[in-house]
Amino acid sequence: MSANIPELERRRAAALLGGGEKRMAAQHAKGKLTARERVEVLLDADSFEELDMYVEHNCTDFGMEAQRVPGDGVVTGSGTINGRLVFVFSQDFTVFGGSLSERHAEKICKVMDMAMKVGAPVIGLNDSGGARIQEGIASLAGYAEVFQRNVLASGVIPQLSLIMGPCAGGAVYSPAMTDFIFMVKDTSYMFVTGPDVVKTVTNEVVTQEELGGAVTHTTRTGVADLALDNDIEALMAAREFISFLPENNRSGVPVLPTEDPWDREEDSLDTLIPASANQPYDMHELVRKVLDDGEFVEIQPAHGANIICGFGRVEGRTVGVVANQPMVLAGVLDINASKKAARFVRFCDAFGIPILTFVDVPGFLPGTAQEHNGIIKHGAKLLFAFAEATVPKITVITRKAYGGAYDVMASKHLRGDLNYAWPTAEIAVMGAKGAVEIIFRGLSGEGIAEKTKEYEDRFANPFVAASRGYIDEVIYPHSTRKRIALGLRKLRNKQLENPWKKHDNLPL
Amino acid sequence: MFSKILIANRGEIACRVIRTARRMGIATVAVYSDADARSPHVKMADEAVHIGPSPAAESYLRADKIVEACKATGAQAVHPGYGFLSERASFVEALEAEGIAFIGPPASAIAAMGDKIESKKLALTAGVNVVPGFVGEITDTGHAVSIAAEIGYPVMMKASAGGGGKGMRLAWSEQDVREGFESVRREGLNSFGDDRVFIEKFIEDPRHIEIQLLGDKHGNLVYLNERECSIQRRHQKVVEEAPSPFVTPDMRARMGEQAIALAQAVGYFSAGTVELIVSGADPTGESFYFLEMNTRLQVEHPVTEAVTGIDLVEQMIRVAAGERLPFRQEDIGLNGWAIETRVYAEDPYRGFLPSIGRLVRYKSPSRWREGLGVGQSASSTLTHPQPLPQTGGEYIRVDDGVAEGGEVSIFYDPMIAKLITWAGTREAAADLQVEALDDFEIEGPGHNIDFLSALMQHPRFRAGDLTTGFIAEEYPDGFHGAPADEERRRLIAAIAAGNSFSRMGLARRTSGQINGPPPVPCDWTVRIEGHDYEVALGDGHAMVDQHRIEGTCDWMPGMRTATATGQGVRLGLKVAREGLDWIITTHGRRHRARALPARLAPLAALMKEKVPPDLSRLLLSPMPGLLVRLHVAQGDKVVTGQPLATVEAMKMENILRAQRNGTVKAIAAEVGISLATDAVILELE
Repeated sequence: MSANIPELERRRAAALLGGGEKRMAAQHAKGKLTARERVEVLLDADSFEELDMYVEHNCTDFGMEAQRVPGDGVVTGSGTINGRLVFVFSQDFTVFGGSLSERHAEKICKVMDMAMKVGAPVIGLNDSGGARIQEGIASLAGYAEVFQRNVLASGVIPQLSLIMGPCAGGAVYSPAMTDFIFMVKDTSYMFVTGPDVVKTVTNEVVTQEELGGAVTHTTRTGVADLALDNDIEALMAAREFISFLPENNRSGVPVLPTEDPWDREEDSLDTLIPASANQPYDMHELVRKVLDDGEFVEIQPAHGANIICGFGRVEGRTVGVVANQPMVLAGVLDINASKKAARFVRFCDAFGIPILTFVDVPGFLPGTAQEHNGIIKHGAKLLFAFAEATVPKITVITRKAYGGAYDVMASKHLRGDLNYAWPTAEIAVMGAKGAVEIIFRGLSGEGIAEKTKEYEDRFANPFVAASRGYIDEVIYPHSTRKRIALGLRKLRNKQLENPWKKHDNLPL
Repeated sequence: MFSKILIANRGEIACRVIRTARRMGIATVAVYSDADARSPHVKMADEAVHIGPSPAAESYLRADKIVEACKATGAQAVHPGYGFLSERASFVEALEAEGIAFIGPPASAIAAMGDKIESKKLALTAGVNVVPGFVGEITDTGHAVSIAAEIGYPVMMKASAGGGGKGMRLAWSEQDVREGFESVRREGLNSFGDDRVFIEKFIEDPRHIEIQLLGDKHGNLVYLNERECSIQRRHQKVVEEAPSPFVTPDMRARMGEQAIALAQAVGYFSAGTVELIVSGADPTGESFYFLEMNTRLQVEHPVTEAVTGIDLVEQMIRVAAGERLPFRQEDIGLNGWAIETRVYAEDPYRGFLPSIGRLVRYKSPSRWREGLGVGQSASSTLTHPQPLPQTGGEYIRVDDGVAEGGEVSIFYDPMIAKLITWAGTREAAADLQVEALDDFEIEGPGHNIDFLSALMQHPRFRAGDLTTGFIAEEYPDGFHGAPADEERRRLIAAIAAGNSFSRMGLARRTSGQINGPPPVPCDWTVRIEGHDYEVALGDGHAMVDQHRIEGTCDWMPGMRTATATGQGVRLGLKVAREGLDWIITTHGRRHRARALPARLAPLAALMKEKVPPDLSRLLLSPMPGLLVRLHVAQGDKVVTGQPLATVEAMKMENILRAQRNGTVKAIAAEVGISLATDAVILELE
């Protein structure tokens, strides 16, 4: 045995102490776990292999040479979640406040490079006071190195960020460029400039939580995808979430055995659409009744809730679901909904996840608030995303599919592979009354009612669209799961490529 | 016999009548409103006729539409069910004018019994006990004292025009009358401008007991024993049973004979019910008094069917067709014990707030032990169920008129189903209720399954110590779930750990593993109501906090219901997940249990308990709906009971009132927006 073994043990023990017991206790007192504890919760028991445990910073200014902590404020390595490989970095707030130094950044870059090389997801646990001020520009350079890797990894390996403490200034842009962001309520926040600067510059008084807390970012801004109550919940949610994601853009979706019959019929769906056209219903019911075991993990449930986005499985294989939600704003498309769904569709397309689209959309939301904030460009994002997607696309129109919004929602014309409609579907350029008022301008009262009825009889059904081949088949609602499962089987080997290009020019 | 009948009703009772008619080989016609176009009774009948818009006044209450429907379909008779047109003499006459038979009593009897005063007079003449009292002008305190003495204490003094508890005073003695009479009089004058007072016997520990009658057109009348319906909430019956634990054979005979005397006085035939108020404080059983007579089939008729073996609907149809009753009084048996509970769309956890909406999931009890009879259910696939108890064993019957994907609408009664259990003893029938209630699956509208289960397990219910005040007395602060002891919580902890084990066991079977499936731990920590239970899972048993539990749970990922056994009980479970928590509902209680591998428990213990926001300050929307009006503005002072906002749901306006005094701190919603359940409307401080 080498004489170095005692030294190894000593160094390991020192590294595991992080910023020391006092700082760990302070972290616990805030209801937060330490960096290594978080990794422990996130990964399968005993699966974590830590890298670069002994790395220290290289700063010699401001007396930093005397303060060295092995690991330098970030714990990095790899492990498994349900046996599948993931790479992890977990910032250690007990060491220099988790601040990012050159070496700290290098450690992150190392796991990201490794993850890229082998094609496995990267999960970042963010808890950092920001740049290591003492290192100055070296720290900024470190951020940029990470940013660059985030960008190159985008669309190649899934990147998931958990914000579990402060994340401010330039630091926000790394998570911002990852695929999904989860935040912990009350103990995490993200903003470019904090409340103090805000006060100085604009005189606005705002708390950290209001400015960039988990609730703000999952309701108002849509920056984050999920808000969780505490560290444990966030980490367990990440475990579950990652189980839906492929390892990389070439691996194909993970498969989980299921007992749920592929041809399960749900008679109750035959009455999902209310008798009255203006009455809402909860699209979640359809989503859950179609997916395996009713399991659906929704992202941004409280932001742009007029569209539902999330993951589920059909026959054990991951699918992405995009669905208009008639319960919220009648399911219209607006800026928030378009942006949210566009990004989700692009994620699915990048990683080969088939997309199920459930359509009940009365159109785009009118108004100056929408127009002046650029609904044209934002709505175009969703249109663009659906149009460029080459993964299997199955669309079911349950009720309204009106106007441009019909085109947008994974229509046949945007290379939908299988476009189904329920018998209750109405595919039309607009609602009957509005159409009549334009076609028969000047008509009033009874005349309008009569023409409206005429228009409804003609267009308030799926058959006009079906007769043109825009709808492949009109299906019974109760058979929706069966149709989708069969469709996905048929589309499993779908081959479709977009023309060569350096990249597209998404209307940003 | 008729070859085709029409059922002028909807929901469970329409389905129930159709089933008997079908068994008798009679074709059936259903009628339906807009809201019911997709209802089970429409599908179940041989024919169905649309009779108008959703409000009952424009459909089910339209006698002319019913007559029209009969003529259009050739129906020879009409069964009215209960409610709607069932007790309208004019409807009976309208049918008779068209030569259509009414499956019910004669119009004259309906009219006589429909008048409260006349029916009391008839009862008196027929020799039926009525609540002793004095109807007339009481001149002064002295007069009141002498009347009270004549009636016998205790007595209730009531202002004639009184109501809502005002102008009422109980007197246990002459002194109470002397002290109270004038003040009741003044209260009457001040509050209602009427100083007339009447005095009647105060019924102590009142119980609601009723006698089922059946008669034919040939002068034969029998009573089919009693039902007790004391468990009521705001005069709405919740639990009914037959027989009554209070009634002795002698009392039964006396009540039955008086009921028959009354029925004879009005020339009654078909099914009818004489409702009595009974003083539970009088052990002789002599204190029973006539309340009213219901000239129709009652909601709770199945408990009578269960203990007598007589299909009341069948007899009603036969009587209407002119047949004689096939039995005499001495043939009427009393076999075992039957209990009915009414499953309502209401939320007992929120002050029994009525609930409506789509039945996202609906399954009625269907998995049964061997040897158990299974009753019919609209959602059941059984086409020819045995409608009446078999000899021996136990029996369950579900009368419902809804199906999964159906709607509990605002337009009609919020009853979802009736669950009837029958067994040899009251104890066994109540046990069977608990078991069967566990096997209901209702998702969508709120429902009272947990409350019914709690009632069925309540020691006072089990003791038969019932009064009409039972619910108010036993749940003065509302309902918060059936009590669960430590042993039950340990079992729930074991179930939660076992479920987590199964869930993790599935997750480890995913594709793409680099090192094979990771192990699944057997040691779990389960937090229930703030206590951490240490669970070690074994094969067919578990150790929970050092207590060994033998048992199993058949839950597998994807299941919404499951069955667990342990500690000698069988628990029907509803299993759901909310975040990391298991929501396990069984035996009238919703348990929230969080299971984590034991290795993570020390870390979980570091998490701060999030203090739930003080919701009493917030006005939340109790249902999804449209905010149509705000009655207050920011800064307004409000007092308890003051209207704050109006939410329209299903075309009905619901006024939300302040639950406490305060000032409006902030308004969170604007008029015209759609609110989800629990959406914040405004905040008080």
